[in-house]
This record gives sequence, structure tokens and C-alpha cells, in this order.
Amino acid sequence: MEIKDGEFLVLVGPSGCGKSTTLRMLAGLEEVNKGRILIGGKDVTTMQPKDRDIAMVFQNYALYPHMTVADNMGFALKIAGTPKDEIRKRVEKAAEILDLTEYLDRKPKALSGGQRQRVAMGRAIVREPKVFLMDEPLSNLDAKLRVQTRTQIAALQRQLGVTTLYVTHDQTEALTMGDRIAVIKLGILQQVGAPTELYDRPANVFVAGFIGSPSMNINTHPVVDGKAKIGEDTISLPAEAVNKLTAEDNGQIVVGFRPEDASLATSDDPNAFSLKVVNVEDLGSDGFIYGNILTDGSAAEASTMMSDQNKLTTIRVNPRALPKVGDVVKIKIDPSKMHLFAPSTELRLN
Amino acid sequence: MPQLDPRAAKATSVQAQDEGVSAEPQALKITAASSNPKMFTLPWSKPLATWPEELLANLPRGISRHVVRFVHVGDEVYAMKEITRPVAEREYELLRRLKKLDLPTVTPIAVVTGRHDDNGEPLEAILVTKHLKFSLPYRALFARNLRPDTAGRLIDALAVLMVRLHLTGFYWGDVSLSNVLFLRDADAFSAFLVDAETGDLHMNLTEGQREYDIDLARTNIIGELMDLSSGQLLPGEVDEIEIGNRLVERYHSLWSTLTDVDSFKPDEMWKIEKRVNKLNELGFYVDELEMKTSDDGNRLMVRPRVVDAGYASHKLLRLTGLDVQENQARRLLNDLDAYRASTWRQDEDLEIVATDWMREQFEPTVRMIPREYRTQIEPAQFFHEILDHRWFLAEKAGHDVPMGEAVASYIENVLPQYKIDRKAMDAIIADADAGVVDDEYTYGDDVISDDPDAAVWSH
Repeated sequence: MEIKDGEFLVLVGPSGCGKSTTLRMLAGLEEVNKGRILIGGKDVTTMQPKDRDIAMVFQNYALYPHMTVADNMGFALKIAGTPKDEIRKRVEKAAEILDLTEYLDRKPKALSGGQRQRVAMGRAIVREPKVFLMDEPLSNLDAKLRVQTRTQIAALQRQLGVTTLYVTHDQTEALTMGDRIAVIKLGILQQVGAPTELYDRPANVFVAGFIGSPSMNINTHPVVDGKAKIGEDTISLPAEAVNKLTAEDNGQIVVGFRPEDASLATSDDPNAFSLKVVNVEDLGSDGFIYGNILTDGSAAEASTMMSDQNKLTTIRVNPRALPKVGDVVKIKIDPSKMHLFAPSTELRLN
Repeated sequence: MPQLDPRAAKATSVQAQDEGVSAEPQALKITAASSNPKMFTLPWSKPLATWPEELLANLPRGISRHVVRFVHVGDEVYAMKEITRPVAEREYELLRRLKKLDLPTVTPIAVVTGRHDDNGEPLEAILVTKHLKFSLPYRALFARNLRPDTAGRLIDALAVLMVRLHLTGFYWGDVSLSNVLFLRDADAFSAFLVDAETGDLHMNLTEGQREYDIDLARTNIIGELMDLSSGQLLPGEVDEIEIGNRLVERYHSLWSTLTDVDSFKPDEMWKIEKRVNKLNELGFYVDELEMKTSDDGNRLMVRPRVVDAGYASHKLLRLTGLDVQENQARRLLNDLDAYRASTWRQDEDLEIVATDWMREQFEPTVRMIPREYRTQIEPAQFFHEILDHRWFLAEKAGHDVPMGEAVASYIENVLPQYKIDRKAMDAIIADADAGVVDDEYTYGDDVISDDPDAAVWSH
């Protein structure tokens, strides 16, 4: 895998997937038993962490109460023996980017929480490393500060143009921050691509379910006469996808669609399925229907449990047309936005 | 975690999970390693920074990014830290494991999740640990007149702590003086880990992990000392960078003493004993030794495979039931030896002599600690300092000084230095709050939403 100069790459996946290990290999904290790591063309595989010209960004920086903001940002350079005027230059540059210029001679006490957080960021920036490594940097911030800092980091990275590898378990962080996203599961890279690529064309069932919130509705259905059979109903499938199914798929197909890619249909629509409404939400701009797909109860139609909405199917609709709880409604899926996967390999078919 | 030490693997029921994987509890949930019923009566529905004064213990706090308070809970004092739930659970889990491995860390008491304020708005989780009695953050040690080598002695304690943690496979990720508490230990200090937020327990550490911890420790220590220096709290002759480098040297020298392979000729077996004695002097004992012959049979290769800390303290504990720091134990054992010699009882069992020494020497002395100092100085440290003081008085007088006289003089002339005056305490607390990033209550009205720059960042 190659990360381009100046790129913001996000490694995302559930805990234990190996994303932090990957980052720590880059940092030189974990030994690499196969393969090599090159930074700017230089092989650093066996190099000590401090010689790699990388910066691990804010583990947990505490601010020093007696030092000015400028000294708080620049002290590590002083230790490294950087000349005074060079330190001042870099600190001033960082302060400008971080909007801290007027506070440079103040002590942390006089700053707000958000400003203090930015001073901590300044400490990493002034080092001007080749690569920033960030391992869940927002995990120990409260909710308010987290959203604010997320935007700041993304903006900063674009301004600085420093290649950045960012690890998170949170797909929203990944989608909003990264130039590209690498999805990892159980140590295996699932897909790498721009946020919209992963969202619009997930390569497999895992990526489909992991990326997007609310998450994609994903269910397995029998294929009868080239159509997906959903309870009493059928919906049409593109022939080229159905043709790719093999004997291992046992005549079934995984159908996925995002909540915004389906809509209410008339009761006689031949290409729609039935949904029993369990809950509705009116958010003013959007309405959400949560329900159970009416099936014939056969095991073949088991839900794959990928969604985070308690296995309920989620549909986004016009909030002025919300059905009532307990109603059975017809739902049709936008055929161009349907995601089809082979049950045996979980790979994309269309 | 199949490869972990089973003691660590089974340390806790808490398993930290990412947000979204498991939902935040709807109602207050306390997972506790203590059955203190007073825990349930605390004002969990209020932000920690607003807890009523009367619940709080006025003890010095170290600098932290998060809101931390010391709280009276029944007869105990607990340290409470307000942090996000995954971080609180993770740290609790790690501290439980480290504690089961007998490492010098604070004792985790509970994780409190599912907190909501009176309007039903969610509050951050709280990690509860037991306040380490008699311990001080480094900042408080610099609040009064100090021996010029204090900084150096703190570093030595930190190096021992790091080596012990690394030997067990603990990667810290954020070593600093702020993340440690210090206990006086005779003429030295003992260091205890208090912040494990960034840590990780492995089977073994790679050299990269150890080197990263050391490098970060050096940078952080120098930064912390430069900060003290900016606040005119550091004696002028202290060179911050030199002290930072001292950590690196101490660490490496201790690490190699504990782990290097020695190579001897077969007729130099006494060198094995010498190696073991050196380890004992450093406070470690060898639990497992590996001895191999070189291929040509001419050399013997010896390497300690499992070493444990607390050589003297274990011995003293066995003899007297006193649970004290390593250097204090060494001092007390020396005094026990002197007592045995002066009472002509070399032939008697040490266990029996130790019982008499406790009754005749140790206990009568420590009973004289004035009540107001009983929370400030550990009995073993008091005893050690009395011994030192008696020696100092005797040298001055040119003859032996009775114990009672030494105690009286010590209480009058030396002990008052242990008290932190109100002004110094206020300064320490103000320092501690100056760097908190995630709580609006600690920086007054200038909350994030009013941050004039917030608008710039939101685009």
C-alpha cells in the first residue's frame, strides 16, 4: 500500500482489527516480521522510532502552567538544540495556523479549553515531521471538543500538507476527515478508496455495513427466476449480477441498500417488498421508518445482523408522509443504488 | 488475551470497547473493586468540577488534561478523574492487570458510567482510584526547600519504575513526572504509576517500544523541569537537560544489569553469586536463572530470566509484617541487625529477635508521631529519619544520644518542613487546573462555544 505525499489516510475498523498495530509498525514500536516500510523512499523498517522523522500526535499532552504558550509549543525543539530564532520562526508559523498568535506570550491559565487543545497540537506541528501518526487522538476529549477538534485537524492537515496516517474506530471520523480510507478487519485490508467510493461502491459486505450512518440495510434472500424473493414479494435483480452467483451461494443473494435509497411504494407496485413498521422518527427535515421485512419465516431469509439499528430495516422518507406504527407498507429500492453481494464470498456482484 | 500472564488476564470483568460497539448505559452503573457502600451516595449527577467542597480532600494534585478531585468516601480518600467512557474502562482494566502483577501503580477502585445530570444530559465517565497515602506529585515536592539533588532522586525512582514495567511487558506511551506519584523511601523515592491512559500490556516489549518510552520520558521530564524553572521553583544549579539524560543512563544501566548475559570461565562460578548480590543490592531478586555452556564448553553463559523487585521489603515483611518501601526496608533491616548485635543475640533466630525489635525499638518510636502529622509521614519513613537525626545529633554532641531525645528534637526541628502551607497548596492546585482541556468549569466563562476562534474552525 502506498500513501501519497501530503495525503490524509484514515485506517478504520472495529477494535482488534490491527489498525493500531499497523500505525505502531510505522512508528517503529512493533517489529515487522515480513515486508518493508519506506518513508520518503528511505527504508526505515529497522530504524528506531526517534530516527524516523515521524510525530505521534498528542498522546496526552499536558500543558505546562508556568511556561508561555510559545514555550509550551517550542520546548521540544529547544531540547533538540534547534537555534532560538528557528524555534521562534516555527512557533510563530504554527501559532498563525492555529489562531494562537495573540496568545503566544500568555500562560495556559488564560486560555479556553479549545485553545489549550490547540496549543497541544502546536507542539506536534512545530516539529515539522515528514509524517504525522495519530492513534484515536479524539478518544479522550469530551463530545463537544471532539467535533470541534475533528474539523481542526482536517483543516490543519490540508494547510500543512504533511502526510498523515490517522487511526480510528469511528467511521464518521473516517468519512469526514480522510482523503482516502483504508478499512481493516481482522488484520486484513478490506478496501482502500476515497470516502464516496467506499460509500457508493463498497467492495464487500463488511465495508457495506461498516461505512455509513445510519448503516446500510443488508439481508440475504432466495433468488427465484432471477428475482430476489422477499416474503410474498419479489424484486428485480440485474441479470449480470445474478449470473455471477455460483453453486456455493445456494441460490441466495445478499441485497443491501442505504436508508436514503428506498422509498414508499403503492400497494400494487410489483417491484416492492412489505415492511411492518415498528417505529417512526420525525426529525423535521427527514423522517425515518424502522421496521421488519415481512418474510415467509424461512431460515434463508435471515438478516445478516450487519446494521446497528437493532436489526430493523431503516428507510428515510419525507417526514410529511410517515406511516403509523403497526402499519404494513410497501418499499421499493432505487435499482441503481442497490448493492448486491455473493453470500459465499461476501464480495460485490454489481 | 491468551498469552498474557493468567493473573493479568483474569484481573477484571471490565472490557473496554469502542463507542458504538456497546451502548452507554442509560442509568448509573458502578463497577467497583471495593464494596464501600458510600460510593452510591456521591453526587454522580453533577460534573466533578462542581462537587461540594465538604466532600473534597485538600491534597496536592498533579497537572492533568482532565478534571481530577480527591474525594472523601467513608474512611478512605479516592482520586476521581472525569474522562470518556472507553478511556475510563480501558484504564481501569489495565490498572487492575498491573496491580495483579504486583507492580507499583495506584489501586483502581471503580468505573462509573451512565452518568446524567439533572436535565438528563449525559456526563463523562469517572475513573476512581485509591489515593496513595503519603504520596506526593512531583510539583508538591518542589514547593518547599529541597535538597538540590531532589530532581535527580525522582529520576532514579522513575527509572526503576520504568524498568519494572518494561520487564513485565507494559508499554507506557506517556512517561512523565506528572503521570507518577512519589513516596519517600528512606533517602530515596519510590515511584508509582498513576496514569495508564496510553499504556498497553504485551507479552514482551520490542526495543522500539522501550526506546520510544525512554525518549518520550526524557523529553517530558526536561519539559516539566523547564516549567518548574520558569516558575522559579527549581534550584538554580539544576540543569534540566542533564537530569533528563540521567534517566536514560539510569534506565539503560539498570536494564542491562537485570537482563544481560554474563560469560564466565568454569572456574569463575563465584561470579554468579556476585551478579546475584548486585541485583539484591539494587532491590531485585532472581527468581529464575538461565545457565548455558558455550559450544566449545569453555565458557558459562548466565542470564537472569525472571527477576522480581522488593528484595529487602519482602524480607522485612516476612520478619515483622511491616509493608514498606524498598530502601526503608533496607534501613530497618540494618537497624534490626544492629539491635541483634548490640543485644548479643547473633545465635538466636532472626524471627524472634525481630519480634522484640518491633516491640522495643520500632513501635515505641513511631507511636511518638504527633497526631497532626500522622497523615503526612509514613511510620517507617519517620523511623528512618529519626535514625538519621540521632546520628546527626550524636556527631554534633560527640557522644550517643538517647532515642527519646532524638525524637523530641526531630519533631521540633525537622518535621514541620513536611507541612505544605496554604499558599503553596493553592499554587499547586492552580497549576493543576491550568492545563485542563475538557472541562468548562475550570476555565470560567470563556467556554468553547464562546471561543472567538471557534467560528474560524467550523468552516
